[in-house]
Amino acid sequence: MNRIFSNIILAVVLIFAQGLFFNNINFLGSINPFIYIFFIAYFPLKNNRSFFIFCAFVYGLIIDVFSDTHAIHAASTLIISYIRPNLLKLFFGMAYEHQVVKFNSIELKQNLFYLLSIIFIHHFILFGLEVFDMSKISLILKNTFSSLVFTFIVIYILFELIINRHK
Amino acid sequence: MQRIIYFLIRNKDFILFLSLLFICLSINISYNEYNKSRFLNSSNTLFSHLYNTKFTISKYFNLEYQNKILTEENRKLRLILYNTNEKKVDQFEKVNFDVTSVSVIKNSYSYSNNFITIDSGKKDSIDIDNGVISSNGVVGIIDKTTYNYSRFISILNTNFLLNAKFKNSNYFGILSWDGININKVQLKDVPKQAEVSIGDTIVTGGNSLIFPKGIPVGYVDSYKLDNSENYLELEIKLATDMTNIEKLYVLKNNNLREINSLDE
Repeated sequence: MNRIFSNIILAVVLIFAQGLFFNNINFLGSINPFIYIFFIAYFPLKNNRSFFIFCAFVYGLIIDVFSDTHAIHAASTLIISYIRPNLLKLFFGMAYEHQVVKFNSIELKQNLFYLLSIIFIHHFILFGLEVFDMSKISLILKNTFSSLVFTFIVIYILFELIINRHK
Repeated sequence: MQRIIYFLIRNKDFILFLSLLFICLSINISYNEYNKSRFLNSSNTLFSHLYNTKFTISKYFNLEYQNKILTEENRKLRLILYNTNEKKVDQFEKVNFDVTSVSVIKNSYSYSNNFITIDSGKKDSIDIDNGVISSNGVVGIIDKTTYNYSRFISILNTNFLLNAKFKNSNYFGILSWDGININKVQLKDVPKQAEVSIGDTIVTGGNSLIFPKGIPVGYVDSYKLDNSENYLELEIKLATDMTNIEKLYVLKNNNLREINSLDE
């Protein structure tokens, strides 16, 4: 019960932080970190998959309303939430299949690759849908990578602060 | 039948995923086609209140700059006032454009389709398709209003189109934004006979009912022939710094209904 409650609080805090602060950073003109995917990346491992997918959709939609975009955050959050088990299997292998992985005791290297790939997929879909024009692929990739660096740094700091502090 | 149900239960995650993805994409695509969103925008009441609270806190940090802009505008207006000898304003004449002063409560320029929310709505008689300008030039066009708030399509939106012309000649073209540089917009379809020099002022053309003729948009930064080699394509440096706007003016055309009735 306590864990469900703390997860809801985390989601609400992340939504507000993203909508009111991180959407307005505009570093070097237009680079913003999308820290809200922290919630999707480090959602507890034991969960009901349908419920998780639905949560991710609603979560993304709320971010959309905040940033005046048209369901692009919802779509990209939905996709990473759907492929998350596959990514976990890819990076944590047997340990994940035997359900002995815990986010507060994973190896640094595995964690970094997992985080980078989930952020990259999310950002690529996000900017792809936003620009909505495959002839501008260079613009999409440029936005993806510049935001990726920023998002990665902030999410990794959050990871150290929130999940890794009990070590 | 049992097999179908079994199949559905086994693949319920994937079906849920596909149907939600379909919802997302249909919202996105319907936006790209019709340029309208029905329910997903921040002029909804709850979000507007939130942004309004944030705006009341953060506006104090920007007061000095906004003051400077207002003083500069006052100076220009006084210059015009003192240099006009004859009294042009006739009290009985109908005013063509109503001007309302508004404040930005949520600015946005980091996407390729940007919308900006302002703190006045239907109660201040702001309507869809009213023009929005800053003290320097054109900023956008209202696309959605509620009772207290409204939202406008920023000039930095790839769906924004505007008829614009040169200040000192009558060659005109279509102004749009390619989504790349937030300081520059593009003016296309200008006939190649037009004499262009760097720094020329571009103003709104009279063909639009939204803006009166002659409101500045920006200055020519560079130009080249387009692919067909019959028209010029100009890079325009915006007159307004879109990253720092706060006080804006909404222009409402009073003759719009009368003019539109001609088309019916």
